[in-house]
Amino acid sequence: MLLLEKNAMTEEIELLVKKHGNSRSALLPILQDIQRKHKYIPDFAQQEIARLLDIHPVEIYSVISFYAFLNTHPKGRNIVRLCQTITCDLAGKENVAKAIERELGIKFGETTKDNRITLEYVNCLGMCDQGPALLVNERVYPKVSPEKAIQILNEIK
Amino acid sequence: MEKKNRSGAVIFSPYVKGEAVKKVVSMKREDVLFDLRESKLKGRGGAGFPTATKWTLVAAAASTEKYIVCNADEGEPGTFKDRVLLLEYPELVFDGMVIAGYVIGAKLGIVYLRGEYEYMLKSLEDYLETMRKENLLGKDIAGKTGFDFDIIIRLGSGAYVCGEETALIESLEGNRGEARNRPPYPVNTGFMGKPTTVNNVETFAAVSHIVIKGGAWYCNHGTDKSTGSKLFSVSGDCEKPGVYELPWGTKISELLELVGAKNTKAVQVGGASGFCIPKTQFDRALGYEDAATGGSIMIFNESRNMLHVLKNFMEFFVEESCGQCTPCRIGNTKLLEGVEMIEKSEFTFGYINKLKELGKTMQVASKCGLGQSSPNSFISILENFKEEIFNSGGSHGK
Repeated sequence: MLLLEKNAMTEEIELLVKKHGNSRSALLPILQDIQRKHKYIPDFAQQEIARLLDIHPVEIYSVISFYAFLNTHPKGRNIVRLCQTITCDLAGKENVAKAIERELGIKFGETTKDNRITLEYVNCLGMCDQGPALLVNERVYPKVSPEKAIQILNEIK
Repeated sequence: MEKKNRSGAVIFSPYVKGEAVKKVVSMKREDVLFDLRESKLKGRGGAGFPTATKWTLVAAAASTEKYIVCNADEGEPGTFKDRVLLLEYPELVFDGMVIAGYVIGAKLGIVYLRGEYEYMLKSLEDYLETMRKENLLGKDIAGKTGFDFDIIIRLGSGAYVCGEETALIESLEGNRGEARNRPPYPVNTGFMGKPTTVNNVETFAAVSHIVIKGGAWYCNHGTDKSTGSKLFSVSGDCEKPGVYELPWGTKISELLELVGAKNTKAVQVGGASGFCIPKTQFDRALGYEDAATGGSIMIFNESRNMLHVLKNFMEFFVEESCGQCTPCRIGNTKLLEGVEMIEKSEFTFGYINKLKELGKTMQVASKCGLGQSSPNSFISILENFKEEIFNSGGSHGK
């Protein structure tokens, strides 16, 4: 990280601490805000949060590693998650998955070379009556067919 | 937030925003608790703990700081009733939380919304803002001097186990969502070590109706031990999947007919952590005394491979086990391996029986509800569909 980027990150975290408070219970909202913006939580950010909340950096890492939606390594600009739980599975998730993999040329768990999309599976999205369901960043798409899935992905910048 | 045309006996019956809050501030706390006790309302998340008992314990706890937590971490596969309630009936849920605040003497309510539902966050926060403007939240609510209460929303980050109330509290406190030992229970030592009541979204919605219409009215619905109605999230092989409000005591066969399910082979009641019920038992009734459920009903027709269903459930639990206690962490992995052995026809019946024993050990030895209930589907599917699973000679289609 460049010094300039570090300073910007520190400033950002200071603002987040002002917004959410500096108690331990503010940790998750702070991490979520950083994750939303940067798509991951860099080492430096973890250290700065630890300093400002006065807890050990290992604690921050421990919390990040627990939650599926938080990560310590960079991901694509957009995270596309396909529900893999049973009703979406029975509704044809496999065909959607194969179509997406073919179209993007990557497997689930990978990121496209242009850093546009990271592809992941997710457990039950609560759209079981309208499967298969696709979550693009925080937006959910119901009843996704292979064709519709590709259409949705093509619209992502 | 648009309302769909839904109708039902209790939850989906007519209700005007704020009416229960305006009524409750003129009532004595004991009277509200009395109504709740009379209604025999039980927790709608699935565990079925009497709501009146929980609230009485928190109300009686000696502390100046108390909390109300709404468990909207709806992660059980096949459950989506809370999504419908929050999107279409937020007034019922939030009014119920304000009532809890009044009865218990809390100043703050926290909604723990699962990360997957982040798309609702904006509309819910806007809704809370309108409540503040209408004096249904904030200071001196509904003109009652000294009754201050506010609601905030906190997001989860994709961890199923956080639906367990002590894991949820850990998560709210900024920790890994690992379940705590109980006792002490959250009613004494909850969020920030203060007395806390954690209730399901649907429980709060039921409370709003009970305050308006009374506990006796609520008891008119359902059965003797399971009063009132329940929202069922119906998915899988049927013509009309969706959320249905039905009285407790409804038979599975009646529900199947209502949703247009044909050639049904099995019904998974209670989600991945629930039980799989075969055709021969479709006359069983939904309720705490028979087929208990948090509302998840997944329907499988004759074309479905039950071993494939079971494998999907076990993969789910292996991923979602938090890993802090051994029975759940190792147990679920072993059960999944067992399913894969059956899939490849590389099993012995001796070993599968040992795995069922292991499942029973997990049910008593796991620390929280996840590991205690994850063997349910393993045991019930292998028991109820043994002919299909073991007699197919290793040829498992989809």
